[in-house]
Amino acid sequence: MNWANNLIILPILLPMATAAALIPIDDRNRTLKGVLSFASTVVLFVATVILIGVVSSGEAAGTSVYMLGNWPAPFGIVLVLDRLSALMLALSAVLGLAAQVYAMARWHTAGSHFHSLFQLLLAGLNGAFLTGDLFNLFVFFEMMLAASYGLLLHGSGPMRVKAGLHYIAVNLAASSLFLIGVSLIYGATGTLNMADLAVRITTLGPESRMLMEAGAALLGIAFLVKAGMWPLGFWLPTAYSAATPPVAAIFAILTKVGVYVIMRLSLLLFGNEAGTSAGFGQDLLLYGGLFTIAFGAIGVLASQAMGRLASYSILVSSGTLLAAVGLGNGAVIGGALFYLVSSTLTTCAFFLLIELVERGRDAGADVLAVTMEAYGDIDEDEPEKEIGVAVPGTMAVLGLCFCACAVLMSGLPPLSGFLAKFAILHELFNESGFGGNMPITAAQWIYVALLILSGLAAMIAMNRIGIRTFWTSIEGTIPRVFLIEITPVLLLLAATVFLSLQAGPAMRYMDATARALANPSNYTDPVLSAPRAGPTEGG
Amino acid sequence: MELVLSAGIGVLTASGVWLLFRPRTYQVIIGLSLLSYAVNLFIFGMGRLRVNAPPVLEPGGVGGLLTHTDPIPQALVLTAIVIGFAMTALFLVVLLASRGFTGTDHVDGRE
Repeated sequence: MNWANNLIILPILLPMATAAALIPIDDRNRTLKGVLSFASTVVLFVATVILIGVVSSGEAAGTSVYMLGNWPAPFGIVLVLDRLSALMLALSAVLGLAAQVYAMARWHTAGSHFHSLFQLLLAGLNGAFLTGDLFNLFVFFEMMLAASYGLLLHGSGPMRVKAGLHYIAVNLAASSLFLIGVSLIYGATGTLNMADLAVRITTLGPESRMLMEAGAALLGIAFLVKAGMWPLGFWLPTAYSAATPPVAAIFAILTKVGVYVIMRLSLLLFGNEAGTSAGFGQDLLLYGGLFTIAFGAIGVLASQAMGRLASYSILVSSGTLLAAVGLGNGAVIGGALFYLVSSTLTTCAFFLLIELVERGRDAGADVLAVTMEAYGDIDEDEPEKEIGVAVPGTMAVLGLCFCACAVLMSGLPPLSGFLAKFAILHELFNESGFGGNMPITAAQWIYVALLILSGLAAMIAMNRIGIRTFWTSIEGTIPRVFLIEITPVLLLLAATVFLSLQAGPAMRYMDATARALANPSNYTDPVLSAPRAGPTEGG
Repeated sequence: MELVLSAGIGVLTASGVWLLFRPRTYQVIIGLSLLSYAVNLFIFGMGRLRVNAPPVLEPGGVGGLLTHTDPIPQALVLTAIVIGFAMTALFLVVLLASRGFTGTDHVDGRE
């Protein structure tokens, strides 16, 4: 077992250890806590980049397995790193970095234990991406949710507590469904290991198969609630727009966890080898995804406040991804993954930007009454700390960032939002792709239309809000923005520019991921045949 | 035994879901608790019901399906209980905070 293999456990251990180490430090030393936490996330980011290098350098599938306690699968719990999980790990580390830097300007002072909760959220996220075991997935998922409850309530105030109450109730109910689903699957197949499950599904008897499918459906509902699929996503806009900006920014990836698990499980368990279960739930994902895009696009158009606009655009991106999974065309997954990365970076940047832009506006401006409230409180507490340099041409920088977000969200060239949608559409019509020569159905045409129309809706809504904020602003006060706050936004947008410039290598990675996912044996074989580590030398 | 257990799970789930849809926060938390009891019993039931079959091996003993019951669901239940308990406690705190902020125990913060 070489060092790179042991690196797989690092994305879980490191944030967990950091979170624990930060708790005893007094909350008055926030800067120290922030720096430690930031340093840990930087290490995490470097580790995920190395892991991406590991998966993309090896053979086509690049799946590596880490056996916890050296117990072989399916008896022990395994962590599985493949291209998809490595991609998600890196994405969550990037978002973590951005949100953390931003929070260090002022938001981490709005409540206690911000950085510990943040690190626990990262640990839960990374664990959910890495685990190869359904029940372990539940544990990491709950860890992530528990941290997210704390983070959503960060900053307190009636609006956040109310939103938090609904958010927690919805997620607890969804967790119950998750458990029922997992135990049904265990009862029907006798295994919780995802790779073992994918193998056993091929030989299930009819009664067990029915129970297994019922379990998978319940499990799916739990994740669709998280992903915000219509009609299960009504809780999302309220919760996300009530959260503090850095929290909302990292929450941009929480919906993607739902999408990730749906993608992983439906491609792994219900691939072509699954007998009569092949393609189980695909239609539901496709039509649910289409409705979600439509609902999200209408929500984007109807939003008066930027926070809600951003929340609805999260629904649009969830819908796009779910429908892409539901299409059952393996090649589209590659484009969808590119879209996932691009849209997550965009939403994260936009959530961070919103508060900076709103800061200059009238506190009564319908939107972030909550935010302003907490923001005002901080001012009262530490008025002398206003040492930040007002960036020259603040409005110009903010305006440019806003334009970039608008271009990305509506999918216009030249940024990655356009490339992502183009990649999806291209693969949809590409008859020579590995998805094969599939006839283009009516649902696919609707998908194409909705993909383009949702971009149009985003553009109209962003135009309207942009004009109101930047050109016809009544007060004309220039917001005071710390350099440390605008930097993460700029870096996230730079990441999308980088993604556009390096679209070739990025798309090759995504396509290789899609190809690996299309063939479940790329996942199951390495997991089930992974050798146990021998006794160490001299041990 | 099967009938009693399934009826128990059914009653708990039904009561839990009904309470979950009630407008008072206290009803919601009791509903969620009942729901998690039902789920825990359900997980337990998925290991199949057996009488006089321990889940743990005696020292030096040999395990077998005839003499032993499946230990995994029991381990899962344990984890689920712990997590469910922690979440209920957390929800209770948020419930009290909401009561403090709004002065009402309605889930929407107003009557």
